[in-house]
Amino acid sequence: MGNLYSSASFMEHSSHPDYKYEMAAPTHAHDGINPSCGDELTLTLRVEDGVIEEASFTGHGCAISQASADIMADLITGESVGEARRLSGLFLAMIRGEELSEEDYDDLDEAAQLKDISHMPARVKCAELAWRTLDGMLDA
Amino acid sequence: MIDTENVPCDTCTAPSEFVFDASDEVSRGWPRTDIELNPFKGDFPLLAEHPDIAFLDSGATAQRPSCVLEAQKRFYETMNANPLRGLYSLSVEATEAIARVRAQIAELIGAVDERGRARASEVVFCRNTSEALNIVAKGFAPHVLGPGDEVAISIMEHHSNLIPWQQVCRETGATLVYLYPTPTGQITDEEIAAKIGPKTKIVSCAHVSNVLGVENPIAELSRAAHANGAYMVVDAAQSIPHMALDVNALGADFLAFSAHKALGPMGVGVLWGRAELLDMTDPVYTGGEMIDSVTEQGATWAPVPEKFEAGTQDAAGIYAAGVALDYLVNKVGYETVAERERALVHYAMSRMVELPFVDIVGSIYWDRHHGAISFNIRGIHPHDVASIMDMDGVCIRAGHHCAQPLLTWLQVENLACCRASIAFYNDKNDIDRFIESLNHVWSVFHG
Repeated sequence: MGNLYSSASFMEHSSHPDYKYEMAAPTHAHDGINPSCGDELTLTLRVEDGVIEEASFTGHGCAISQASADIMADLITGESVGEARRLSGLFLAMIRGEELSEEDYDDLDEAAQLKDISHMPARVKCAELAWRTLDGMLDA
Repeated sequence: MIDTENVPCDTCTAPSEFVFDASDEVSRGWPRTDIELNPFKGDFPLLAEHPDIAFLDSGATAQRPSCVLEAQKRFYETMNANPLRGLYSLSVEATEAIARVRAQIAELIGAVDERGRARASEVVFCRNTSEALNIVAKGFAPHVLGPGDEVAISIMEHHSNLIPWQQVCRETGATLVYLYPTPTGQITDEEIAAKIGPKTKIVSCAHVSNVLGVENPIAELSRAAHANGAYMVVDAAQSIPHMALDVNALGADFLAFSAHKALGPMGVGVLWGRAELLDMTDPVYTGGEMIDSVTEQGATWAPVPEKFEAGTQDAAGIYAAGVALDYLVNKVGYETVAERERALVHYAMSRMVELPFVDIVGSIYWDRHHGAISFNIRGIHPHDVASIMDMDGVCIRAGHHCAQPLLTWLQVENLACCRASIAFYNDKNDIDRFIESLNHVWSVFHG
C-alpha cells in the first residue's frame, strides 16, 4: 500500500484521469456502485467490429477506484472484447490474492501495480469497481 | 434543510474561518490535565507493546486493560461451569459471579430501590447494543404501537437504534419520526416540542452520537416522552465509556450498551429496563434456560431477566465485563476519564483547525465532543485518508459509521467521513502523530 500511494503513475491516474469524460456516442454504458463506500461509476465503451475503440468513465470515488478505472480504460482501449474479458479476469484474480504468471502481470501492465490491494481487504471493492462494471456490461 | 442562522455551518465552512469562543471555553473551564503524561498506557498490553500504533478508534471498540484479559482467563481456570444449570458448587460459583455483575451494573446505572439496593433483575445480558435494542423493538414495542402511532428517534442514530424501529413501524403501521439537530448538533426544545406529542408512543435516542460526539438532551426528551405517555429508550453505547449514567436522572425506561466500548470483552451487551416493562416484554429468543416449564405443545417463561437469556451466556465475558467496569469507574474514575478526554479533544481540535484543508463535521466547540471528532480532508476520499494514516500507524475510522441517514442529512461529500475517537488512555503523542499524519495525507495528493 505504501508503494501505491507514493507511486507517481498511480497518483497521476487518480488525480488527472485521462479517460474520465462523457463519451459522445457510446455503444455500451453500464453503472457500478459500491454502496458501502459511496463510490459511483458509469463506464462507457464504443465497440466497433468487436474491438473497443474508445473507453471512458464518469462518477466519483476514492483514489483507488478512480485510478483503477483510468488504468483499466487505458488498458482495454484498442483491445478486442474477448481480450478485455481475459484481462479483467486476470485483474480480479490478482486482487483476490491469486499469483499470476510473469506474462499475465506483463499483460496487465500498469494495472499490475494494484496487486498489493489484495493485502487490504477493506479496499478490494474500490479496486474492483471498474472491472466488475466492465464484466457486468459485457455479460449483459 | 440546515438552519444556518446565527450558528456557523460546520459542514460547509472552512475550519480556518472558525473562531473559538474563548469566553465560552473559560466559563466551562479550560482543561488542565497534563496529556504528555500517560499513567494508563501500561495497563493496556496492546498499546504498551505496540508503541508504533496511535489508536484513535475507541469509538468502534476500546482497548482492554490486562485486568480484563486476566479475568477472562481466571473464569475459565477457576470457576468454569455452565451457570444456572449445575447443582454442584463450581456451577453455583459461576452463577454467583454473573449475579454479582448484574448487581454491579444495576448500581452503576442507578437502578436501585428506595433503600439503595440494586434492582439486579432489571439487568438483562445479551450480545451487544444492537441485540438489546432489538429486544425492545421486537419484544416490547408491538405491545404499545399501532397504526397512527409514532416512534421518535434522532437523525444521529447508529443503524442499531434505527433499523429495528423501521421494522417495527412497518409491522405495526406506526410512523417513524426524526428529530433533527442544529448544525452544531443540538436538539432544541422547539424540535422536541414539534416532534414529540400525543401520537408518540416511544422515543429512542443515542445518549452520545457516534459520529458527532455530541451529548443529546436525554432528560428533556424523556420529560416530553413521559408527558405524552410515551416510553424513553436510551442508546448508551457511546456514553458509558465517557460518563456516569443514572437511569433516573436520564428518565430512561430502557437503556442499552455494549461492554466492548467500555474496556470489556466483545460479545457482551446489557439491556436495562424498568421491571414492569420487562415483564410485559416478550422474549425474542427462546430455548434453553429461559423457561419455567415446557410441555409437548407449550411453554411458560422464566422470570425476568432469565426469560431474555436463552442458551448459554458468555459467562466469562460477563465476569470480565464486571472487572472492566470496575477498572473504568473505580480504578480510573469517570472524573479522570472526562478530564483527560476533554484535554485531548481540546488539543486535537485546536491543532486541526490550524490545517486549512481539514473540515470538522459537527460542532466546532471542543467541549461538545465526547471522544469523537469527525472530519474530512478536502477533496480526498475518507477511505484514502484512513489507508494513508494506517501507513503512519494511526488508526482512525472512515466511512458512513453505521449512520447513513445522518451523513445523507449532513450532505457530506461521498456520504462518508473520517473519525478520530479518543479515550483516556490516549496521550499528546497520539494526537501529535495524528496531526502529522493529516499533513502527510495532504502532501500525498498535493505534494
